[in-house]
Parts: sequence; C-alpha cells; structure tokens
Amino acid sequence: MSAAPPPPSAEELPAPVIRNRRWIPRLVWLVPIVAAVIGISLLIKNWQNAGPQISISFLSGEGVQVGKTLIKYRDVTVGHVSAVGLSADHKTVVVSADLSKDAASLLQADTQFWIVRPRIGVGSVSGLDTLLSGVYIGMKTGTAARRERQFVGLENPPALSHGPRGRELELHAARAGSLGIGAPVYFRQFQVGRVIDENLLPDGSTRVTVFVEAPYDNFVKPVTRFWNASGIDVKLGADGLSVQTESLAAVIAGGLAFDDGPTEAVPAAAGAPAEFTLYKNETEAMAPPDGEPQYVRMRFAQSLRGLEVGAPVEFVGVNIGSVIAVDLGYQPQDRSFPVIVTAKVYPRRMGDAYEVLTAQGKTENDETMAAFVGTMVNRGLRAQPRSQSLLTGKLYIALDFLPASPHAAFDSSIRPLELPTVNGTFQELEANVGRLIKKVNDLPLEQIAADLHTDLTDLHETLSELHGRVLPSAVDTLSALHSTLDSAGRTLDVESPLQRGLTDTLSETRSTLQAVHELADYLDRHPDALLRGRRPQKMPHSPAALSSEARP
Amino acid sequence: MTALRQSFELGLVRCRTCGIAVSRASLRIDRRCPRCQSRVEHRTPFSTEMTLAWLIAGIVLYVPANLLPVMHTSGLMGEEDSTILGGILEFWRSGDWDIALLIFTASIAVPFTKFIAIGLLIFTVRKNSGWQQHQRTVLYRIVEFIGYWSMLDVIVVALTSALMQFQVLGAAEPRAGIAFFCAVVVVTMLSALSFDPRLIWDRQT
Repeated sequence: MSAAPPPPSAEELPAPVIRNRRWIPRLVWLVPIVAAVIGISLLIKNWQNAGPQISISFLSGEGVQVGKTLIKYRDVTVGHVSAVGLSADHKTVVVSADLSKDAASLLQADTQFWIVRPRIGVGSVSGLDTLLSGVYIGMKTGTAARRERQFVGLENPPALSHGPRGRELELHAARAGSLGIGAPVYFRQFQVGRVIDENLLPDGSTRVTVFVEAPYDNFVKPVTRFWNASGIDVKLGADGLSVQTESLAAVIAGGLAFDDGPTEAVPAAAGAPAEFTLYKNETEAMAPPDGEPQYVRMRFAQSLRGLEVGAPVEFVGVNIGSVIAVDLGYQPQDRSFPVIVTAKVYPRRMGDAYEVLTAQGKTENDETMAAFVGTMVNRGLRAQPRSQSLLTGKLYIALDFLPASPHAAFDSSIRPLELPTVNGTFQELEANVGRLIKKVNDLPLEQIAADLHTDLTDLHETLSELHGRVLPSAVDTLSALHSTLDSAGRTLDVESPLQRGLTDTLSETRSTLQAVHELADYLDRHPDALLRGRRPQKMPHSPAALSSEARP
Repeated sequence: MTALRQSFELGLVRCRTCGIAVSRASLRIDRRCPRCQSRVEHRTPFSTEMTLAWLIAGIVLYVPANLLPVMHTSGLMGEEDSTILGGILEFWRSGDWDIALLIFTASIAVPFTKFIAIGLLIFTVRKNSGWQQHQRTVLYRIVEFIGYWSMLDVIVVALTSALMQFQVLGAAEPRAGIAFFCAVVVVTMLSALSFDPRLIWDRQT
C-alpha cells in the first residue's frame, strides 16, 4: 500500500462521535470476582463440612498413618487421622482425627474406637482388606448422652460393631475354658450368637458376655442353661458309641451352647434375667440345681495314688460331689503321713434325705448338716477310696454304710466336717496279696532245694543199685516162675493122666452115689427092707431101671 | 533512545496482528487494519486494567488449585487424594527428586514467576517507569512463552486418569483442584495476552 495520506488537521475533520462503551472491557473484573466467590464459597463449604476433631489414645499406633488412616463407621469413611503423637507420659499413642460434620453426632462419651487389623482366628477371619490397604480405625457409637472429644481406644475390636438387635447376656463361670471373643453360641446346633467379651472378675471367676441375635433371644428363658460346648462328647453307652459335638468350629475354637434346663428348676423370679451360670458341659448343665456345696475332709492312712482332683464322691453309688484337694498331712503323734482329701458334696443331690432334712424345719446350715452327718456316721457311714477301673487305677471316694467297720468318733464341731475313713477294698486286696507274697518270700526255698537235691542223689544211688543187682536176680526168678507155671499147665491139661484119672474117679463116684440114692429111695418106701431084705419089684420103671438106662 | 521518535508522534499505529503501520488519521474513519481487517489500536485499551483483573483472578484461583486435591487414586493400597504440593513432597521423600523438581517448576515456580512478572510489568507501566525497558520486554516474551508449560500438571492428571483404570487394582480420577489449576493457567495466559508490551516503552516526558 502507499504511504498513508498526510494527516489532516483536526479542524478539517468532523468531530468523531465517540460512543462511550468503556464499561465493556471492565467486565473483565467479573473474572476475579467470580473466582474469588468460588474460592470463598469453597472455603465456607469446607469450613461448614469440617467436623469435630477428636483424639483417641491407643497403646500402639502400629500402622496408623497421618492423612491416610481413615476412621470408618459401618465401613463408611467418616474421618481421617490428622496427627499421631505420643502422650505426655509417653505411655500411649494419641491419634488425632478430623471427622466429618455429620459424624459429630456419633461421638458419645462411650463411643468406642479400635484399630482394625487383619485377624485370622479359627472361628473367623476379619479385616483382610487391611492387609493391603493398611489399618483403619473402626468406630462404634455409644448410648450415653454426654458428648466427648477424648477417647481411649480399644486394643481389640468389639465383637459387635454395628449393634444388631438381640440381647446381651452375662454368664458366670469358674473358668471360661477355651472360649475366645467371637466364639459361637449355639442353640440346638444353630449358631444364634457370639461371645463378645470375656472378663476375669476380681474374685478370680470369669464373666463371659454373649450376644444372642434378635429372633433367637426368645429362646433364652429363665430356665435356660448355658454350657461350654467346646470339645467332643464321646459316650460309650449300652446302646453303643455316640459322639456329640456342636460344630467342628466349636471343637477347635470353643463355643457355647444353651438349651432349656429342667423345668422344675424355674426360679420364682420370672422374666428374662441377664445373668446365667456357665456350666462345664451339657450333663452338668442339665443336672438339677445343686445348691450350696458342703465341704468335707477325710484322712486316709494309705496311699491314694490314682485319686485326682475332680474325682467323684459317691454316696451309695450316687455322685454327690467331687474331690477338690488331695494333700499330704502329718500326724506328730505317730509320725504318719495321712492323705487329707477335701471334697465338696452337694447335700441337695442326696434327694429325699435332703428333703427330709429341710422338711424338718431345719434351715440349711452347718449345725444341722453336722448333726445329720453325725447320725449317719454312727450308723456306719465311712469314706472309702475305691477303684473306678482296674485298667486305669483311678480312684473315687465312696461314702457308704459299713456297719462292720470299727467305731469311729465324729466331732461335729470341726469345720470342714471330717468323715471317718476305712481303707479301700482294692488296697486291702493289694495288702493281702502283699502279705501272701511275703510269706512265699519267707519260705526256706534254698534249704528245701538242697534237701531235695540230697534226696534225689540218694534216690539215684538206690536206683543204680537196683539196676545192677536186683534186676538180674529178678529176671532169674521170673524165668523160674515161668517154668513152674509151664509144668503146672501141663499137669492141668485135659489130656493129662491126672485129668483122666480124675474123670474116671468122678464117674465112679456118681455111680456109687446113684446106688446109694436108689437104696435110700427103696428104704424110704420099704423101711422094713432093713430087716426083711429086698423083695422082688414088679414096677416097670424102677429107679434102678431108670438109673441103669441113664448109664451110658 | 530518547532521540527516537515514537509512532504516536509520527501519527502511525501498528497493527498487532500483521504488523502494518497505519496512519492514525485513516483509523479515525475505519478502526480496522486495511490489510488484515483486525482491529487496530494505538495502545490496547484498558490493557493494564484487564491484565490486572486476569492476574487477580489467577491468584485467587491459585489458592484452591493448591489446596484442593487434584487427583484421587484408589487401589489395593487404599485410597488417596493428592494435592500438587503433597505429590511433590511424596516424590521428594521417596527419592525421586528430579521428578519432584520438574513438577515443582511446572506447577509452583512457573505460575509464581508469572504472577510476579506480570505484576511487575503492570506496576512499572503504571508507574511510567523507564527502568530496564528492554529487560522487561524480554520478560514479557518469556512469560508469554512459558505460559503453556504450566499445563504439564493438567496433562499428567488427564493422562493418568485416562490410563489408570484397572477397577479394583487401581484407578485414578481427577478432582476439583486440577480444574482450578487449569483455570489458573488459562487466566494467567489471558492476563499475559491482555498486556500490551508497547506500554513498556511509553514514557510521558
């Protein structure tokens, strides 16, 4: 293009109409204003969302990371850890956390916090997601009205984190067995709850808190008995072998079971109590209530090897208690070591006797009990160790009436009651066998053997003499005897002259005798013949004729 | 330099688009450039004001851009919201100081430099200062040039979010912070664009 025309002077041009639109570019100021508004609104939103800051103390902060570790309620994130530090006394780890605003209402004074770590137990596996993602802090709301910002974290997660409906029950037991938190609770082999807490009470007993879920908590009645279902119950009965267990998990991890107890045991107080006794096993649980145990002591002057703590105490064959201690005593009078057995017996198990005792209006106290036992001792009640089984050699204590036993003094003022004892039958047997063996031992066996040996030598000598001298002559004698017998045989032979002569002689003798017979016969009929002589006979068959015909 | 006469005194106006010098007189009739038809001004009107407005908007937006998380990563190792500064610190702590330095330069140093540089330019122009006019012009060109490089963070987040989608194993999502950061970059670029570097040389004697 050509050069611009020379600038005309201001005068020759019409004054330009300047439209004042200077405000349009100024609209650009809206940009920072909008930006500021957005920024401020974000800030306000943040500030509004900022919930309370809490601090939780744990014994260990293992795995807790600032900014990364989350606080979760029902597996929903409600906050995150903002700082981890030590407490002033360096004994706990204080975890500070920022919670979202809507989580503020969850912070009751008894809200619980715990660190969720992977836990693998026999009964359950939990927190596996934390293996890779790292730990998080779980949270369970409480019920208290008071708000709190400082919490003490739990070292173990509560068994129930999300309060399902149901009932919490407290079970008391001397020992909890192999139960753990989370162990199942069974009702007729159905799992209906879990163990949520275990405590050792100051008196040494244990308190197990269980939770029975909602539809099933109706099964818990005043008559319900709880027992430890860990392990396998093997019974060898008359009808064969029966194995009973609640579940395989319960065998390994332990568990509880409950069922209705004997109905006659309904306590007067109706309703649903929250406390129960935890029995050792089903048999014990289903047994009628035992009442208060009585303690008795027995002194045995014999070895009680095979008697264990827990061995039964039987009264006329009925289990009424168990041995609780076997101690060695010492009696300075005769410097003996009696075995002192302490046992607890439940008088209530004695059935009618107990009923009678209570029916007499006597209260169940030591005095009446002592008097009762005293009369029984006078009637011959004795404690005796007996063998449960010859195979195992286990003993039990039998309380039995042995009227034949020697009289024993019973001091009803001693506590615990001291029962007179007699030695066990098996031990008696053993002692008898021992005595027998001792007698056998006392026999002069060596002397006898020596004597026997001498006798045997003599016998041997005698025999050899017999063999050398007596036997040959015996042989001679025998041969002589043989020839004698031979000749005798010859003599007695039928064909021998002797025999023949004898036969003839005998024939003659017979003829003679016949004649004599005829004569006698004739004389009998004709006695006069003796005087007149024989007359002729006309009879056709005379005895003489007959005898002559018989003649060969 | 003072001996040189300014275009205003010569009655000439330069077109910023095609560089042609137009006589002011002709512009009174038509304000458009006779060659490229773009609007020709002797000095961009309200230049410093607009620059300042954009600049302030940039600074305001820069606050949430740094405070809000720019990216949300989730995976087997948990979930995490990362801010720009947090990311830099993480890289630095894990030993990747070079990457940390790169991100720091692109995300913190450059925007800051731009704020300071543009602020300085506006301030000196308003003060009608004759100080270091050449250097300030160079500074302006640099600011104009490095403006794009601040988009590095935005690109990183965009790429990561697009590529890292493995559902449970790992996933990255952009968060509000990156939008603010992007806005900061755009707004500062607009700010630099609104500035008329010819003002540096204007000196009312």
